[in-house]
Amino acid sequence: MKRTVAGLVTVLVAALGLTACGGGGGSDPLANNNTGSQSPSDTITVGSANFAESQLLAEIYAAALTKAGVKVTKKLNIGSRETYLPALKDGSIDLIPEYSGVLLQYFKKDATATSADDVYAALQKAVPDGLSVLDKSAAEDKDAIVVTKETAQKYNAKSLADIAPHCGDLILGSAPEFQKRPDGIPGLQKNYNCTFKSFTSLDADGPLTVAALSQGSIQAADMFTTDSTIEKNGWVVLEDPKFNFAAQNVLPLINTKKASDAVKKALNAVSAKLDTKTLTELNTKLAAPDKPDASKVASDWLASAGL
Amino acid sequence: MNLLTSWLFDPTNWSGPTGVPARLLEHLWYTALALAIAIVIGFPLGALVGHTKRGGFVLVGAANVLRALPTVGVLTLVVLLAGIGLVPPIAALTLLAIPPIMAGAYAGIGAVEPVVVDAARGVGMREREVLFQVEIPNAMPLIFGGVRSAALQVVATATIAAYVGLGGLGRYVFDGLALHDYPQMAGGAILVAVLAVLVELVLTGVQRLVVSPGLRPVRTSGGIQR
Amino acid sequence: MTWVFDHLGLLGDLTVTHVYLSVLPVLLGLVIAVPLGWAASRWRPARAVLLTVSGLLYTIPSLALIVILPALISTKTLDPVNVIITLTVYTIALLVRSIADALSSVPPTVVAAATAIGYRPFKRFVGVEFPLAVPVVVAGLRVAMVSNISLVSVGALIGIAGYGQLFTNGFQLQFVTEIVTGIVATLLLALVADLLLQLIGRLVTPWTRVGR
Repeated sequence: MKRTVAGLVTVLVAALGLTACGGGGGSDPLANNNTGSQSPSDTITVGSANFAESQLLAEIYAAALTKAGVKVTKKLNIGSRETYLPALKDGSIDLIPEYSGVLLQYFKKDATATSADDVYAALQKAVPDGLSVLDKSAAEDKDAIVVTKETAQKYNAKSLADIAPHCGDLILGSAPEFQKRPDGIPGLQKNYNCTFKSFTSLDADGPLTVAALSQGSIQAADMFTTDSTIEKNGWVVLEDPKFNFAAQNVLPLINTKKASDAVKKALNAVSAKLDTKTLTELNTKLAAPDKPDASKVASDWLASAGL
Repeated sequence: MNLLTSWLFDPTNWSGPTGVPARLLEHLWYTALALAIAIVIGFPLGALVGHTKRGGFVLVGAANVLRALPTVGVLTLVVLLAGIGLVPPIAALTLLAIPPIMAGAYAGIGAVEPVVVDAARGVGMREREVLFQVEIPNAMPLIFGGVRSAALQVVATATIAAYVGLGGLGRYVFDGLALHDYPQMAGGAILVAVLAVLVELVLTGVQRLVVSPGLRPVRTSGGIQR
Repeated sequence: MTWVFDHLGLLGDLTVTHVYLSVLPVLLGLVIAVPLGWAASRWRPARAVLLTVSGLLYTIPSLALIVILPALISTKTLDPVNVIITLTVYTIALLVRSIADALSSVPPTVVAAATAIGYRPFKRFVGVEFPLAVPVVVAGLRVAMVSNISLVSVGALIGIAGYGQLFTNGFQLQFVTEIVTGIVATLLLALVADLLLQLIGRLVTPWTRVGR
């Protein structure tokens, strides 16, 4: 017993000593969180967030660039914006598909623009040096608070304003970052005075969130408007009269140094042909039971769109 | 060192339904539940095979296969097949806990010296009495070793269960990752590590109490012998 | 099944990464554990400290260690080095005890005989004591290898490559086939590694096969 105690004390002292000298620098291990090197100057590294649509868009960009003769490498499924944007800033990735409204709020927390053009103009100003946004597409995929048909009928709610007084009876589920995003929990509180009973961390409109809403373990979910699951289940997208969720046009966010003319031409051509209806259809194709690869869905669409 | 401790020492993180005590209790609840079910399933199987000395090969093979199963894979598969909620992760955790418990029972009971079992039978004990009054008490060190090993595995894996929407201490790790909040991530990880060590210490203490003193390792001048 | 055949390239890449991340720690762990195990078999205080520390380290859940390491050694969280170090630590924790026990159980008469013939201490260790401990070491290596192969997948939860990506990707897309493929691949890899280790163990100890 004495020896065990002696051993434990030794370990504790050693551990304290190790931690004292080890982490002293205190540099955030999540900062510049990347797997290493920057790509050579003629190659573009395309990244994506950790949900299916982002991966699809990344594959579309990658395929379009490859067709235009640009060398491309892919680093997909990195994580939330909080995780991959630092990687973009330090050059581990060069290009990522983005959504105008939330991106603006990421760079400028107090942004107030809500219409597509206003958001785009403000975004171009707010983007930090070294990064730029190319042309926006007409395709929009917005966050939306979704409830089941029963919930909507129970509270006779068509919009967030209708449901606001009853938020305290509902549990909201979404990806963890929704708790801190300006248009997430803080935004709903500010714009609608809506405070949910509690929040359950699930995923970004992935299987967990869908299952939770179906099973009733949450009553409201933050989902993406191009997700066909909403319509399939007969769920209700609550309207957003106060524009808590600004316009979310899909556009490429790129490292300015890598935005050569060929690159810009290829990506802008994609943006010109991409609209919400197409995006929703592509998402549905992706979710088909035989699970086609995102890269195949992407190249098929490019071919059919004449790009 | 702020990185590892700033979130942990913030008092606001220790209160409320998402506070540390609440998550800690969730974590312990999942662990206890999975362990209990695993004991109910694994112990009788291991004990039976150890006592009858038949089917050992199959048992060890099955335990090895179950041990080699990747926990993340099992977890995600079960959730996809059976939906989210408590049942799928507990099922996956139970599956993990069964091999050590089963193997511990089998090895423990199988290793009871034949002369002892023979003597018990010679004295007139029936098979059931031999099992419960002689073999199991003698096998306690190994049986308990299996339970401890299982407990540790479950505590560790319950952290991962947060990936599929469960609560518990793993929630801090994954939320911290999504929010780019390393102190929260590290705080969760440290809490899990501390919990695992505490569980190990408690179970070791219980083992001291439960295992007959006659089975404790005896220190002789030539080294440790059993 | 067609999915598997269509994606052999992906599976190949993931296998390479997975093998690298699980085998390297076992090798590193072995190299470090042998001298530690030797020290633990020679000196009482060393044994007590080493075994307690090993026990503690083995208790810490893998995901926890992978997450905490970056703060301790200033790596980035996405760096595979964290997985390698974590698994090496586990391998060491596992092996130190078995090596210490194996070395302690070498019959003193054998050691005495070797010294009498003229073996110097280091040569004696390499030529006599350690080879006798090999079967136990191999048993420990097999356990370490199988558990490492399963643990590497945990890294996928925070973005590190390996078979684990089949689980996270399959889960996101609700694609059961992908997850099952990952499980089967992991089991196959574990089986192959286990058989190889057994084979190596037998080859290295020819005296255990004599006279059967």
